Amino acid sequence: MSLIRISSPHAHGATSTSSVMRQVLLATLPGIAVLTYFFGFGTLVNVLWACLVGVACETLAVSLRGHSPGFYLKDYSVLVTSVLLGIALPPYAPWWLIGIGVAAAVLMAKHLYGGLGFNPFNPAMVGYVVLLISFPVQMTAWAPPRGLAEVPGLWQALQACFLPASYDAVTMATPLDVLRQNDGLLMEDLWQQTAQFGRWAGIGWEWANLAFLAGGAWLLYRRIFTWHAPLAMLGALALMAALFYDGGSSASGGSPLFHLLSGATMFGAFFIVTDPVSSAVSVRGRLVFGALIGVLVYLIRVWGNYPDAVAFAVLIANFAAPFIDHYTQPRSYGHRKTGGKP
Amino acid sequence: MRRVYGFHGGIHPAENKHQSLRSPIRDAGIPPQLTLPLSQHIGAPSRPLVQVGERVLKGQMIAEASGYVSVPLHAPSSGTIAAIEDRPIPHPSGLSAPCIVIDCDGRDEWIEHSGVADFRDCEATELLELIRSAGIAGMGGAGFPAAVKLAGKPGASIRTLIINGTECEPYITADDILMQERATEILEGIAILRHLLRPEDVLLGVEDNKPAAIAALEAAAAGTGVEVVTFPTKYPSGGEKQLIEILTGKQVPSGGLPADIGIVCQNVGTAVAVSDAILRGRPLLSRITTVTGEAVAEPQNFEVLLGTPMQYLLDLAGFRPERCERLVMGGPMMGFTLAGTQVPVVKTSNCLLAPGVTELPAPPPAQSCIRCGLCAEACPASLLPQQLFWFAQGKEFEKLEQHNLFDCIECGACSWVCPSHIPLVQYYRASKAEILLLRRDHERAEQARLRFEARQARIAREEEEREAKRAARKQAAEKRAQLAAAEGGEDPIQAAIERAKAKKAAQQANGDTASPAPAVAPLDALRQKLAKSEQRLAQGREAGEDAKIINALEATVTRLQGKLAEAEADAASATEAETR
Repeated sequence: MSLIRISSPHAHGATSTSSVMRQVLLATLPGIAVLTYFFGFGTLVNVLWACLVGVACETLAVSLRGHSPGFYLKDYSVLVTSVLLGIALPPYAPWWLIGIGVAAAVLMAKHLYGGLGFNPFNPAMVGYVVLLISFPVQMTAWAPPRGLAEVPGLWQALQACFLPASYDAVTMATPLDVLRQNDGLLMEDLWQQTAQFGRWAGIGWEWANLAFLAGGAWLLYRRIFTWHAPLAMLGALALMAALFYDGGSSASGGSPLFHLLSGATMFGAFFIVTDPVSSAVSVRGRLVFGALIGVLVYLIRVWGNYPDAVAFAVLIANFAAPFIDHYTQPRSYGHRKTGGKP
Repeated sequence: MRRVYGFHGGIHPAENKHQSLRSPIRDAGIPPQLTLPLSQHIGAPSRPLVQVGERVLKGQMIAEASGYVSVPLHAPSSGTIAAIEDRPIPHPSGLSAPCIVIDCDGRDEWIEHSGVADFRDCEATELLELIRSAGIAGMGGAGFPAAVKLAGKPGASIRTLIINGTECEPYITADDILMQERATEILEGIAILRHLLRPEDVLLGVEDNKPAAIAALEAAAAGTGVEVVTFPTKYPSGGEKQLIEILTGKQVPSGGLPADIGIVCQNVGTAVAVSDAILRGRPLLSRITTVTGEAVAEPQNFEVLLGTPMQYLLDLAGFRPERCERLVMGGPMMGFTLAGTQVPVVKTSNCLLAPGVTELPAPPPAQSCIRCGLCAEACPASLLPQQLFWFAQGKEFEKLEQHNLFDCIECGACSWVCPSHIPLVQYYRASKAEILLLRRDHERAEQARLRFEARQARIAREEEEREAKRAARKQAAEKRAQLAAAEGGEDPIQAAIERAKAKKAAQQANGDTASPAPAVAPLDALRQKLAKSEQRLAQGREAGEDAKIINALEATVTRLQGKLAEAEADAASATEAETR
């Protein structure tokens, strides 16, 4: 009888990286469903096409690095990146735009840095920012929500993606754009005079945000991540909005509720900020990291020049993560202060 | 009700304790042969006191402690010493080490022994010596000599005595069943420890998953002042540092000992061993070992003689080798795998786990770390395991130490939760070993540097001293010269030099005059001497001098005549040679 000799522990918990990733994918479904309901099949086509390109890029990169693609595809991380980028891109984006974005995310932001676990920046957000800087026209054209225009069907969505020249796109400014370009109207008047606004924020946007919030809450319940980073981000964003709300004057940046339910707020808070690889590691570090993103999102939204701010805010915070880590090392057992001897 | 504190992190692995708790403790009996490693504890190995072939009795000391942090070893049964040699021992390395092997005669004949009449009459030092000579090392798993821990630091008073009945590792029930069946003996041991340490509080900590043990302990502890404290089950509550935090809310300072905060912690098994040693004079000869896992038909607890081969114990429990591909001594979280089944049970063998192939499957290949942070949430030492892993891979030793690698207790909670199945603890063990090696190298280099510098300093000092002496001599000579000049006399050095010159000149002059006719001069001189001697002899005869003087003068004349004849012959031959 020959006995195998391995080091302790000999027992293991049931969680696996693949199951974590699969649950994140599942949690995006409510958000995708709501986006599809309000904006048509564009997002769904984005996501599916992004996944195809993503798997191809991952296979290429892993093969070039001399590994077996099967083992790495099984961790589902490339699907998470692709789905998140697909959701973030405007619906009815052309195939090449999505392809460039996914390739930038997977090949550049992930594998050039050493693959899963080694990327300092969130790959989906890198892909998004590459596109936003390179193709601002395509990236800022968002479809009007259900109720303000006819919602394109699946066929039209496919046409928009793969035969973009033959597709006649209908676009409309997003509520965040409307608010930023507002000069002179009180919030109340703006709300009444602009078609895009709904109950608390933009039509469609508010429900999409609530759907992503629901998905995030489920992940929290499943203990896929801790509450620290997302709640710090939402809290900081709401606080900034409250500070500069200005009672709804024409110079106001929008109410806290508006900011919480607009653009990519909830999607960012629960699916981007929680990316463990590129965030700070300790509990205190994640609080700082999340809060930093919340503040940056507000600053860029209100005084910046871009339609939404989550991608830039996250990348800037990614830069800061090692620095945050350095100052937020937890106090270990038997030590009085963080780090070093007591 | 005493307040119970929590500790950071921890996990809830499947307990799997019920399997081995279905039957009471069973006596494993006397195997044909016992193998007793000389090192079953932390510290220096013990030194054999017996010879091969010698007969030993049960309880006889067969090896003595070889230092302060060391314990003696006793024969667990009577028999003959079969060998003193290297045998495989239960150790993570799988290597062999010196062992005493006893062929048991099955008679189990005791050496004369007795306990103390009343331990309350004994001095602390006396009790400590008895505990030490009974060979007691911590029974919880680490095996630190109990007497050393109890002696503590001089001057440090112990306020709290903690008895550890936590047994948080899955599968193991040795302490559980001991508490159920031998609560009285545990309390006896505690009474002795109390007498020894005189603490204010005595806390007996048990996880709440052992209701039978808690009931038995509470019944035995009633009225003794020993507090049985229960707390929620969570791994690793049984770690010494974690248990101290749970029961007192205090943390042992990093790098320090519990005694630094007035606490001593002992395992329930150690308490029983202490009561056996003091009250019954019985040294540590056996222990309770859990044999469990799907590869044994009847998981249960045995009272095993130290040195019993694992194979013997497995067979008693109905071992099914075809189901077993890994054998673990200790629990599934911190135990280590054994290389074979012939290794013996030692003082620290609390469990022998023979898991089935599907029961504890080998981990799948490790995936990338996604820094999810589950490990940091689980870490009972509040470390950042994902960062430590990162630094360990990069061999960033400074960073590792800055992130308190050495506060890691290797409990395995981080590896257990890791969704990427990374063997984190193994990385930490390897890094610790590397850092310790580097520290030792550094220390050696430092010593070598100090030696070298000391030598350089000595050489420089000696050179300086010589230089100083030379300088002093020179100065003194100059001073003398100055003094002489001042007194009007000539310079002594100059005078010496002139004297030497004059002597040389004189020698040269003498050499010039003494050189001619060397052969003729001795002949003439001899003739003159002979003439003088003949003249002196004639005068003496005339004057009628003493016969002695006349004789001496005659001898001188004869000797001179001989010499002259020789010299003339030489001269004649020399002239002859010249003329030819």
